[in-house]
Amino acid sequence: MENAWLIPLFPLLSFVFLLLFGRKLKEGSAYAGILLTLASLVFSVIVLVERMAAPASYKAEAVWLKIGELELTAGFEVNQLNALMLVIVSLVSFLVHTYSKGYMHGDDRFHVFYAYLGLFTFAMLGLVLSPNLLQTYIFWELVGVGSFLLIGFYYFKNEARAAAKKAFIMTRIGDVGLLIGMILLFWQVGSFEYDEIFAAVEAGSISGTMITLTAILIFIGAVGKSGQFPLHTWLPDAMEGPTPVSALIHAATMVAAGVYLVAATFPLFAASETAMMTVAIIGAFTAIFAASIGLAQTNIKRVLAYSTVSQLGYMMLALGSAGYVAGVFHLMTHAFFKALLFLAAGSVIHALHHKQNIEEMGGLWKKLPLTGPLFLMGTLAISGVPLFSGFFSKDEILIAVWAHGNYFLFILAVIAAFFTAFYMFRLFFMVFTGEARSPLGNVQESPATMTMPMVVLGVLAVVAGYVNTPWFGTFLGDWLVEGNEALGHGHIEGPAWIMIVATLVSLAGIFLAYLMYYKKSLARDWFTSRAPITYSIVRNKYFIDEFYNLSVVYATRSVSLFLRFIELFLVEGLMKLVAGVVSLLGKSGSRFQNGQIQTYGMAAFLGLAVLLLIFALTGGYIG
Amino acid sequence: MSSVPITAFLALALILFCIGLYGALTKRNTIIVLISIELMLNAVNINLVTFSKYGMTPAITGQVFAVFVIAVAAAEVAVGIAILLALYRNRRTVNIDEINTMKH
Repeated sequence: MENAWLIPLFPLLSFVFLLLFGRKLKEGSAYAGILLTLASLVFSVIVLVERMAAPASYKAEAVWLKIGELELTAGFEVNQLNALMLVIVSLVSFLVHTYSKGYMHGDDRFHVFYAYLGLFTFAMLGLVLSPNLLQTYIFWELVGVGSFLLIGFYYFKNEARAAAKKAFIMTRIGDVGLLIGMILLFWQVGSFEYDEIFAAVEAGSISGTMITLTAILIFIGAVGKSGQFPLHTWLPDAMEGPTPVSALIHAATMVAAGVYLVAATFPLFAASETAMMTVAIIGAFTAIFAASIGLAQTNIKRVLAYSTVSQLGYMMLALGSAGYVAGVFHLMTHAFFKALLFLAAGSVIHALHHKQNIEEMGGLWKKLPLTGPLFLMGTLAISGVPLFSGFFSKDEILIAVWAHGNYFLFILAVIAAFFTAFYMFRLFFMVFTGEARSPLGNVQESPATMTMPMVVLGVLAVVAGYVNTPWFGTFLGDWLVEGNEALGHGHIEGPAWIMIVATLVSLAGIFLAYLMYYKKSLARDWFTSRAPITYSIVRNKYFIDEFYNLSVVYATRSVSLFLRFIELFLVEGLMKLVAGVVSLLGKSGSRFQNGQIQTYGMAAFLGLAVLLLIFALTGGYIG
Repeated sequence: MSSVPITAFLALALILFCIGLYGALTKRNTIIVLISIELMLNAVNINLVTFSKYGMTPAITGQVFAVFVIAVAAAEVAVGIAILLALYRNRRTVNIDEINTMKH
């Protein structure tokens, strides 16, 4: 564990190395990236195993800045949550690196892509290892930069540029909240260290309102990063980036950062009922809200994007309902099956020569003999079908919500689960079954570099759930909360019928999708023709983007325009006035320089005369 | 000798200086300008001598200075005339209005 600080350095090395030599290596850059992230993965696994065997967390710090009495430290910490996140991040990153070798093949900026991936991975691993808020914030912003670069990777496309800017600005709005929360905590506690903050919270040296305020401010940061309502709109737009990046962003890095932050500062949240309630409500609302949008999207990646938003809402809901274990557990299983789904979707897109509209797909099951079953596995996992990983984690969340007494939120979560099952299977049936709805060209299964990572993730998507089940034991949960009571219990008991209800709801969603999109015994426009307005609202994502454009963006633009006029006329006017006066003075002065010695003499004489006059009048004293 | 008051000397010097100044600033012929400058220098000489005789602390120093000024003025005129001759050879004029290359 002492060498855990090496883990983020491998991807950083990859980044620097590829920036310097990538141009020469061309597609060989992939090997550098893959090997270095593999090293990270190996170290992460070792650290995880060590942390499991060790009785306590490891923390190493050194003074970074010293200002008077104040000392800012930098270092790293390995606790249960960190160790788990390290493995998730480095594993998904490694698989994405491998996958990209096939997916990005032939791209002109191949090496740049790998360099950016390295930076992104470095930032996330650094974030996960940070023992204090300040360091977290630094890496938090680095993650933002990495996502900006990767989303805007196809910078020659207008949409990609806009999406990158949007992602950057939207998350920045959240970051302001985080920054303010951080500063408030520092003001109250006098330290950025997580340990000291939690100790202060426990000792009651911070007032209740202040805890609520800081917790909510930190949560605003998480809302921006994790794409929760109302700052979710950047996440679906981020689909403009290359698909492996979407997998990385949606599974392990960017969006997980928000959930991770809430989990890492969980004791702070746990101390405030209001903050917990806020987190739970935002989470539940986002879950159902994004799931309902997902029902009507036709772009394969956008459906997955909205499902990510919705699943992140689930995690927030779990954390807000004191289900620390459930939230982290779902973060883990979601990382695997969502990475799988994105990589499989990327494989489909790759096979179809960058076609993304599911209305044009169909009948790919036979043509993509590996991608199809893998996609199905991911779909089953996310839908919460029993025996798959998503089932166990979703079940944990539902139990946690029920046990916390949020019955209304519980109902929302169940409906969201139904939606999830429905739109995921809608996606599956439309892409893989039936007949092709447009000429697809020559469809070929992707190369092994792309399918192998998917196989690994497919296995994980199935088995990852078994580390924490009510049937065989809650190993993960017990281990996560070991030695830290503030995090709650490793396992929350709940009524057995919740599991049955969750299963039934998922199956009902799948069955409905089956009827509509496979058997076609239920017309597809059965609902849309009956409620066209609702359909149109959902299809247009509740007009949130339009609303923002009309309100926030418009207001900002107006203010900017106003300020621009001030700049143009007031500031520049003043400036021009000053400059004009000086140059006028200079010009009139230069008129005297006519080369006539007698004029000069006259001027000197008059000047002397005036000086003498003043001298005489004031009697030799001025003032 | 002592019937002539100091103010008479100073008034003479002042008038002489003003005439010189006026000439130096207004005349267009460079020769006249040079002569006017000589007038001003001599007004200064009168002042020096006056104060060496009637000043607060009468001393011979003022008269020594006056001799110096006369010597320097002679040198100055020699140089001035030389420059003027060179100028005249080049420009065919001694009109001061036309000598305005200092503008550039």
